[in-house]
Amino acid sequence: MNIIVPIKQVPDLVEELEINSDGTDLDREWLKMKLNEFDDHALEEALLMKEDSGATVTTIALDGDDIDKALYAAAAKGADKLVKITGVSGNSTHEAAKAMANAIQGMEYDIIMTGVQSVDDRDGQLAVILAHYLGNSHVSVVTGVQASGGSVTVQKEYGGGMVAEFEASTPIVLGIQAARETPRYVPVAKVRRAQKSSTIEEVAAGDVGVDAGSSVSKMYKPDTGAGAEMIGGSAEDQANKIMELLSQKGIK
Amino acid sequence: MSNQIFVVVEHLKGKIEDITFEMLGKGKEMADASGGELVAVLLGSGADGMAGQLGAAGKVIYVDDANLAEYNPQAYCKAVASVVEANSPKMVLIGNTSMGMDIAGGVSVDLNIPFVAYASGISNDGGTITSALYGGKMNVDSSPSGDSVIISVIAGSFPADAGRVDGSPSVETASADLSGLTIQFKQLIEPEGGDVDITQQEILISVGRGIQSDENLPLAEELAAKLGGAISCSRPIVDSKWLSKTRQVGKSGLKVKPKLYLALGISGAPEHIEGMKDADLIIAVNTDPKAPIFDYAHYGVVQDLFDFIPALSGKL
Ligand SMILES: Cc1cc2nc3c(=O)[nH]c(=O)nc-3n(C[C@H](O)[C@H](O)[C@H](O)COP(=O)(O)OP(=O)(O)OC[C@H]3O[C@@H](n4cnc5c(N)ncnc54)[C@H](O)[C@@H]3O)c2cc1C
Repeated sequence: MNIIVPIKQVPDLVEELEINSDGTDLDREWLKMKLNEFDDHALEEALLMKEDSGATVTTIALDGDDIDKALYAAAAKGADKLVKITGVSGNSTHEAAKAMANAIQGMEYDIIMTGVQSVDDRDGQLAVILAHYLGNSHVSVVTGVQASGGSVTVQKEYGGGMVAEFEASTPIVLGIQAARETPRYVPVAKVRRAQKSSTIEEVAAGDVGVDAGSSVSKMYKPDTGAGAEMIGGSAEDQANKIMELLSQKGIK
Repeated sequence: MSNQIFVVVEHLKGKIEDITFEMLGKGKEMADASGGELVAVLLGSGADGMAGQLGAAGKVIYVDDANLAEYNPQAYCKAVASVVEANSPKMVLIGNTSMGMDIAGGVSVDLNIPFVAYASGISNDGGTITSALYGGKMNVDSSPSGDSVIISVIAGSFPADAGRVDGSPSVETASADLSGLTIQFKQLIEPEGGDVDITQQEILISVGRGIQSDENLPLAEELAAKLGGAISCSRPIVDSKWLSKTRQVGKSGLKVKPKLYLALGISGAPEHIEGMKDADLIIAVNTDPKAPIFDYAHYGVVQDLFDFIPALSGKL
């Protein structure tokens, strides 16, 4: 079985996000990037499937900041092949998906698994858009995958913990919400070794010719207007204030 | 292109989901402002009885097909694309829900229509759409470049009451070619019951990734016990298997409305906010003064939860 896992780097939200000078995007100069956490889950599920029943896992990504490191980390975790698509900015999901579809069309695959969403996919989630460019079927918000022969059983999560189960034939593209296990951790030393022992195959993006279909006029920090009343001071002061509040509201 | 605004109706087990009414309410406001027509797109099998709840719409387009008896990502995608293609509405509203996330992007590619996701606001002329991105840390306003646009709407962005109108809109039936499906619905798996029903609790002490390890959970549990409440959490805590799914608050968890919701180390991603923003009193504790949770909390405490919890516990 061949599994392809598209991954991407996204801004680390733990860091302060600054807006660029024309107010339409993040100031990307100092951004700290990290692997999209849902892509990490997709990779984990693919690796677990490989360990269960054998599979070749190919990790694929658009060229960009820190992407080599992310690809080598995937190899260190157990991915078999690394592919980097060059010559495309990937500023929109549609563009990224089209470039990936071009590259994937020539590859053999049964399942494509990628993160259900990312923090910056303003024009939609990659999995479904990629699926439709490839002419494949698709399920999003997937929390379980079992493959056998040419078919897969997938569990898809609705609200309130309700799960729907579908059976599908391959090839199929899945938007992974959560792997069955917490994504594995890989030490830096192992990533360095992977960097020496594995190669990243580069593929040109080919004819892309699509964009987000909308243009950004403004990026800004949300201000709901309401906002919290902030309680300052030491932890002790803050706890005192919260106690007062709870007794005022008749909670304690 | 027509002057229609489409709302794709989401229903499960015979019940229309709130997101549908939220979109109908917003859609009605926009249709009234622009002289357009609000159309509800209902898919199902023998589900036309639901049309009576869709009175906010001027018309219901109903596709009846055995393949739509249960929600099926592929069948829904095809049916929505077929109805949209036949009518060329200027706007299609789809929930940014588990179901909507299967559909919106697919229809966008199949019909080459722009798609703007994660909408938390839409100007009444439809020209400006606000998307909540970066885990709720940034808003982005954008304008679609074509005459038509598909928008996926974050649940809880618009009041449901405005769209919850009974009536008897005209029902137009449509058909779609649903042959060659490669995905089949198998079953619905109901959530397991938990030890506590967090939707019934008056006090919830809710922990997020800021708690760092399951070894630290007893800290929060002790606080919950002293306050007479229960523990709930954000999704990553469940994915890490530190707490059971029944404790999860949010889009794919439960919607709660306690008297007190104390959020400890939760950033306030839109998917979490969906589940708790209607709580009577929200107090958030977070080391990051820019955490989006502070936009929804009534009171905010910028503090390390490992200092705050013992301080508060000590007073109880
Ligand atoms: C389809 C879908 C459905 C989803 N459904 C849900 C859902 O139902 N519920 C849900 O919660 N999420 C859901 N999510 C996930 C959601 O997008 C976020 O990833 C998640 O809510 C983040 O959880 P968190 O706030 O605990 O973690 P993070 O976003 O990592 O935030 C941790 C916070 O802790 C703070 N912190 C760190 N250390 C400390 C400390 N010592 N003291 C105080 N504060 C500290 C940090 O500043 C940060 O703000 C869903 C996602 C998808 C794609």
